Amino acid sequence: MVIEKKWKRWVYFYIPLTVFVIGTLFPFYWMLITAIRPDSELYRSWRAVNNAPFWTLHPTLEHFQDLFAKTNFPHWLWNTFFIACASTAISLFCGLLAGYALARLKFPLAGTIGTSIFVTYLVPPTLLFIPLANIIRAFQLGDTPWALILTYPTFLIPFSTWLLMGYFKTIPKELEECARIDGATRFGAMIWIIFPIAIPGILSAGIFAFTLSWNEFIYALVFLSSPEKKTVPVGVVSELIRGDIYFWGQLMAGALLGSIPVAVVYSFFVEYYVTGLTGSVKG
Amino acid sequence: MKKPIAGGSGGAAGIAAALPHAGASRPGRMTRWLESERLLATLLLAPAILLLGLFIAYPFVIGVWLSMSNVSVGNPGEFVGIKNFVKAWNDSIFRTAFWNTGFYTFWATIFKLALGMWVALLLNRHFRGKRIVRAAMLLPFIVPTVLSTFAWRWMFDPTFSVLNWMLYQGGFITTKLPFLSDGTYGMWCAIVVNTWRGMPFFAITLLAGLQTISPDLHEAASLDGANGWHRFWHVTWPLLKPVTVVVVVFSIIQTFSDFQLIYVLTGGGPANATHLLATYAYQIGIATGLLGEGAAISLFMLPVLFIVVWLQLRYLRRLEGA
Repeated sequence: MVIEKKWKRWVYFYIPLTVFVIGTLFPFYWMLITAIRPDSELYRSWRAVNNAPFWTLHPTLEHFQDLFAKTNFPHWLWNTFFIACASTAISLFCGLLAGYALARLKFPLAGTIGTSIFVTYLVPPTLLFIPLANIIRAFQLGDTPWALILTYPTFLIPFSTWLLMGYFKTIPKELEECARIDGATRFGAMIWIIFPIAIPGILSAGIFAFTLSWNEFIYALVFLSSPEKKTVPVGVVSELIRGDIYFWGQLMAGALLGSIPVAVVYSFFVEYYVTGLTGSVKG
Repeated sequence: MKKPIAGGSGGAAGIAAALPHAGASRPGRMTRWLESERLLATLLLAPAILLLGLFIAYPFVIGVWLSMSNVSVGNPGEFVGIKNFVKAWNDSIFRTAFWNTGFYTFWATIFKLALGMWVALLLNRHFRGKRIVRAAMLLPFIVPTVLSTFAWRWMFDPTFSVLNWMLYQGGFITTKLPFLSDGTYGMWCAIVVNTWRGMPFFAITLLAGLQTISPDLHEAASLDGANGWHRFWHVTWPLLKPVTVVVVVFSIIQTFSDFQLIYVLTGGGPANATHLLATYAYQIGIATGLLGEGAAISLFMLPVLFIVVWLQLRYLRRLEGA
């Protein structure tokens, strides 16, 4: 180890790290404090003498109650969850098969297909949302969850394929060959031997896909129109602002509740996530 | 790495025992077909290619057609050639949006890279509570951008801004800063929020890269008398470069095509001063309903994205060749 003096450790390590952590977390803290602050405390000018700017003297849950009683928030939560699960499942299915084929099988055009899938990952949704809106309308999928369930995999599949491909490459070929000598078919060896080993990779691809679809905004904004069919991000933007009036208490309560599910998923799997990433960085 | 493989081979033995007839009985026609690598590959790739073709390649072609037509909502339209592109180019709001997109991408990427590298180096050390700090630092990246941008918008609020309050109490300002009501300030605010949101991705990916570098290299370098900066510049940085290139390219593409942050933070205002290509394309194409013109505006992103992707592919190929 490289040894350093105590004061150096403070200047070069503890102080910068603390500043970074505070800077990262402050907006979330402000979300929370706004969500539980009554309107009478909330709307004070920035220069007014405020007894407790960083704390509230009268914490209240009224914003949360209003969010559930007076808005479609429960619907949005359910829609977001359902859409994220369905498109994650589709993407993992496609990504697993494609990733295996690209990492393990020899066939003409393998390189070209691999590169094209990689390139589709780099096509941003904001380039395609206008023509896609036309296509969704033509398929009569507009304002249904299917518009999102079918389009989200376009940016989830390339990512999961890429990640799983890297993962499959780390699994030794001998495992598969042993199973084949024992009489398993190629397909059987893939399903029963290789896929179970790849579970950590599948999990990290799944977590990523789930959070990406939970976060998606522009497709959901363009393809959905009925208030009760929206997802959390779109619902919060379009329904919690009436005219020019921002209901900051409810908005921040909604933002907090919309953030918690993905934060929980990550906190459980953060180590998987980092290992998955390390694997794909190495590979 | 060892553990799953050991478990897997155990599973393999179990399966082979449970299915003794798999090899003994005559394989069916289907299974014999699947033995062909070419056929199996086709079947395995079909679902992915079908979805990507239907919802990426096909819309892309439709997008190019739309951009050369005067289609609007409820009007089938006709071919107009490059008129939409010329019109966009002569439109001062479009030019502002184009310039903003470059400016926004340039500064946000530089900040994200510099701060992300710094955080990665900090998190690569050993200290108590490392896991909690790591998880906490990831939060901005995980939480839906729209929702966290709303928190920032509230912090920038003209009348109730907590940031103004802090700066005022700290004696830095005497009157409030016009965070989002001034175009230049608005753009810098967007860059700050984008940096805050995207920096964790840089930090965690660079951290993953740092962890693949053996600490022995640093020890050897410090024995040779290299100080912290030298160790970073001559040992860490060269080994980290490939990872950095990948992250920077992803970030450039995402930042360049960003939509939601501006849509929520400023809506492109005040007076169209903070529009990006994507938000302006949305305003023209969806909000106004001029699909053809909107498609043309978003296609202006393509050359830049193309160059970035091309450079990256070339770089990756050179790495593989070396």
